[in-house]
Amino acid sequence: MLLSYREALNQAMREEMRRDARIFLIGEEVGYYQGAFKVTKGFVEEFGPQRVVDTPITEAGFTGLAIGAAMAGLHPIVELMTMNFGIVALDQIVNNAAKIRYMSGGQLSVPLVIRGPGSAAHQLGAQHSQSLEAWFCHVPGLKVVAPATPHDAKGLLKSAIRDHNPVIFIEAQLLYGTKGEVGDGEYTIPLGQADVKREGADVTIVAYSKMLLVALEAAEQLSREGLDVEVIDPRTLKPLDLDTIVASVTKTGRLVIVEEGWRFCGLGAQIAESIYSAAFDYLDGPIVRVTGEDVPIPYSRPLEDAAIPDVARVVAAVKSLCGAA
Amino acid sequence: MTDMDKADLRSLYRRMLLIRRFEEKSAEMYALAKIAGFLHLYIGEEAIAVGAIDVLRPDDYVISAYRDHGHCLARGSDPGKVMAELFGKATGLCQGKGGSMHLVDVQNRFMGGYAIVGGHIPLAAGLAFAAKYQKQDLVTVCFFGEGAVPSGQAHEAFNLAALWKLPVVFICENNRYGMGTPVHRAVALYEDVAEAARSYGITAERVDGMDVLAVRTLMRTVVEQVRAGQGPCFIEAMTYRFMGHSMADPSHGHYRTKDEVEEYRKRDPLLVLKETMLNQTSCSEADFKQLEREVGDVVAAAVKFADESPFPEPASLHADIMVGD
Repeated sequence: MLLSYREALNQAMREEMRRDARIFLIGEEVGYYQGAFKVTKGFVEEFGPQRVVDTPITEAGFTGLAIGAAMAGLHPIVELMTMNFGIVALDQIVNNAAKIRYMSGGQLSVPLVIRGPGSAAHQLGAQHSQSLEAWFCHVPGLKVVAPATPHDAKGLLKSAIRDHNPVIFIEAQLLYGTKGEVGDGEYTIPLGQADVKREGADVTIVAYSKMLLVALEAAEQLSREGLDVEVIDPRTLKPLDLDTIVASVTKTGRLVIVEEGWRFCGLGAQIAESIYSAAFDYLDGPIVRVTGEDVPIPYSRPLEDAAIPDVARVVAAVKSLCGAA
Repeated sequence: MTDMDKADLRSLYRRMLLIRRFEEKSAEMYALAKIAGFLHLYIGEEAIAVGAIDVLRPDDYVISAYRDHGHCLARGSDPGKVMAELFGKATGLCQGKGGSMHLVDVQNRFMGGYAIVGGHIPLAAGLAFAAKYQKQDLVTVCFFGEGAVPSGQAHEAFNLAALWKLPVVFICENNRYGMGTPVHRAVALYEDVAEAARSYGITAERVDGMDVLAVRTLMRTVVEQVRAGQGPCFIEAMTYRFMGHSMADPSHGHYRTKDEVEEYRKRDPLLVLKETMLNQTSCSEADFKQLEREVGDVVAAAVKFADESPFPEPASLHADIMVGD
């Protein structure tokens, strides 16, 4: 079935909410407005305002409320209008959601999904364009998921909702309209499992979320120039499926990591460190990172484009690594 | 007064005395380096926890801030397990992972102590939300100091609780100082901090927090209203901490005088209740001696249990970060 990423998310939540009355959705404009990006279209009509809860613009308050509700046995889905607003709720996410189980010696759990779009869209300005996944990945006690395709979005969101831990589920505004084949009927994709999106023998690219599409396009272009590129989407950023990446690097000997987030302390730095530790002997060259520039994302289109990795930059990075530049 | 009244008052006094002697012993153990880190004593404020929690059902929720020993003990937690937690022992309530500020006892519906000022107030709204969502007639009682009242998270939680008529009682323990800063230098409406709650349409009352019977009488009415679905209530309990903010500072010095502390000590909640019992029941000094012996034995046994308990195994370091660990 051909679905948009948006429709896939909608289906995932709809199916889960029909299955389990403990699940409720809470956030700004999720109900009568149908979701700021229309991901929750039709929800308030089907499930009613008790389970599709519109909130005031107070992310710390309603995220904290959701965490408290999860402590009492409910399974909230918090929609953040954008992941940038997660910064406002960061105290709740980091100090409460991530730690309550540990601090209580395992007495409490926080089954909770916090979802919404991360990364830049088109010219949204510095405060609405950030890729903050590294922040969340840094904190013990959180799982972090960032699917790139409609099929993955649906299967992973269902798993995230069924998980007994807090899961940060990062979507992308520019992915909502993208379409792809989605498995028919009931399916889930386990958290912590990467997917080889394209098989190849010469070089491995690891990319997630929106950057997967950039990497696949770069791979296609490179194939016309005779380079056989393998593209891996970790899909879940934490826990990271290192085995799949190691297996690929063992085969290709070369690794390029693409991420939209800032370079310094970015997720790619961690993936590189993990690969150096696990597969150093298999590498034929240094791991290359293609990242966002270390700047606040500017508004102006050419400046914004310059701040974010694109196909040309990925192609150039792969070529330089393969000595084909 | 009847014998029943006498037994009732004796029980209240005993619970307050337990907290007092437990806290004094904690300070002693801190001096002996058996307890480390932060230790915030509840001495002087016992009437609030005991009076408020006395009217609750066993399935109601209680949640607190970092000065939480009193609430945990008043809720019925085993003093040995509480002391063992302060000692960082494997037999502690949280197996030594929480410590003084993060006591949790889910069996007694003590949902935790939290140490980011104001950060647990949204959690309380969430516990209440869950009760209402599941059509359970449970009440959540949330304790915090007056220092938390101006925080953004408190206001966000007040608004959500009022907006959705959540069954939560906010109890502000106004001990007049947020660490070393007096309330008049921290809260704009310091003469009536409950105005913060009233501004969201929450019914608010002030009570003498040194009088356990006054606290209990007010709580009976308030809890009945809240349980009946009339929305949240706010209680400002006027109190005073006889010790420093934590073990790091003396009871008086830079920010308040010895005379001031002595003045408030005249209204020691234990003395206030004792006077009532001596004047209005057949209690005699012998009864109080007996209570001292009983409580002394309990506290001594708690210390012995904590001291003789093992520290957590190193292998437990990575346990309980996630459900499924």
